[in-house]
Amino acid sequence: MYGKGLKTLSIVTTVAIGLAFALVFFYAPLDADQGFVQKIFYLHVPLSIVALVGFIAGGAFAVAHLRSGDRRWDAVSYVCIHLSVIFGVAVLITGSIWAKASWGHWWVWDEPTLVSFLIVFLLYATYYPFRYAIEDPERQARYASVFAITAGAFVPLNFLAVRLAQSLVHPRVFATTTGGLPGSMMLTFLACLAAVALLWVTLVKVELTAKSASGQLKRLRRALDAPVPRGASRVAPEVSL
Amino acid sequence: MPALPLEEAGKYVAGAYVVFLVLIVVYVAIMAAKLQRIERELRELAGLAEQRNGQEESERERVTADV
Repeated sequence: MYGKGLKTLSIVTTVAIGLAFALVFFYAPLDADQGFVQKIFYLHVPLSIVALVGFIAGGAFAVAHLRSGDRRWDAVSYVCIHLSVIFGVAVLITGSIWAKASWGHWWVWDEPTLVSFLIVFLLYATYYPFRYAIEDPERQARYASVFAITAGAFVPLNFLAVRLAQSLVHPRVFATTTGGLPGSMMLTFLACLAAVALLWVTLVKVELTAKSASGQLKRLRRALDAPVPRGASRVAPEVSL
Repeated sequence: MPALPLEEAGKYVAGAYVVFLVLIVVYVAIMAAKLQRIERELRELAGLAEQRNGQEESERERVTADV
């Protein structure tokens, strides 16, 4: 069910990433202020936007789960959050590398953008122990959904708070009165954002397909009355988490 | 801070993009391992189903012969 169109999506994603990276290195001009190091921007910022939107999507699917009671929505919410946490790791590492290259430090604690992202990341890092500390699958799904909605609502609030903080260190390049990105840089950025978003969607589909296959296998095992392999205690009716 | 020279900036840029690619490759490798496990379990269940089918078949033949 989840694997439908995965092959096409994977090909489109690979082509999009290739094109986006080609634009970064062969089309986008060098930044007058930061020089070549600014190329990290085209990877770091799309990753962070997609990760944050993914967290919000996780919350939206959790709402669908609580409204309908369908555990498949909980699985989608879980996968959205899982992939966004992985993207969050990439955001933190690429951000640190960029910070070292342009500010001379791996991490700056008085910079609201960095610290707020770290807070969001750590908040979602607690999702796993919180979820798997609950044995009963129904309660696990319900509590995880409540967490996903609460944390998902925190993400835009956090983003707004950071924008209002008006830090002097972290550059603001979108919708500012002092001028934004020039056309070629904006085009490259949008291509990278689309490519990273496609990658996220593809990986969500891959993960859901694998979980669905795992869930169907467990159903088959029960139907055949076969012994359950070790470590297969968390059983969901359709999708195995 | 002034812009870094190309040879030094190149190391940081390469580092950032390599980290991204490594994360993707590690993720794909983990998914490949999961897929292998699913395939192995599926083969095992298919074998079990065939074995049961064979048992039922021989049981039916035995009952028909008795009648």
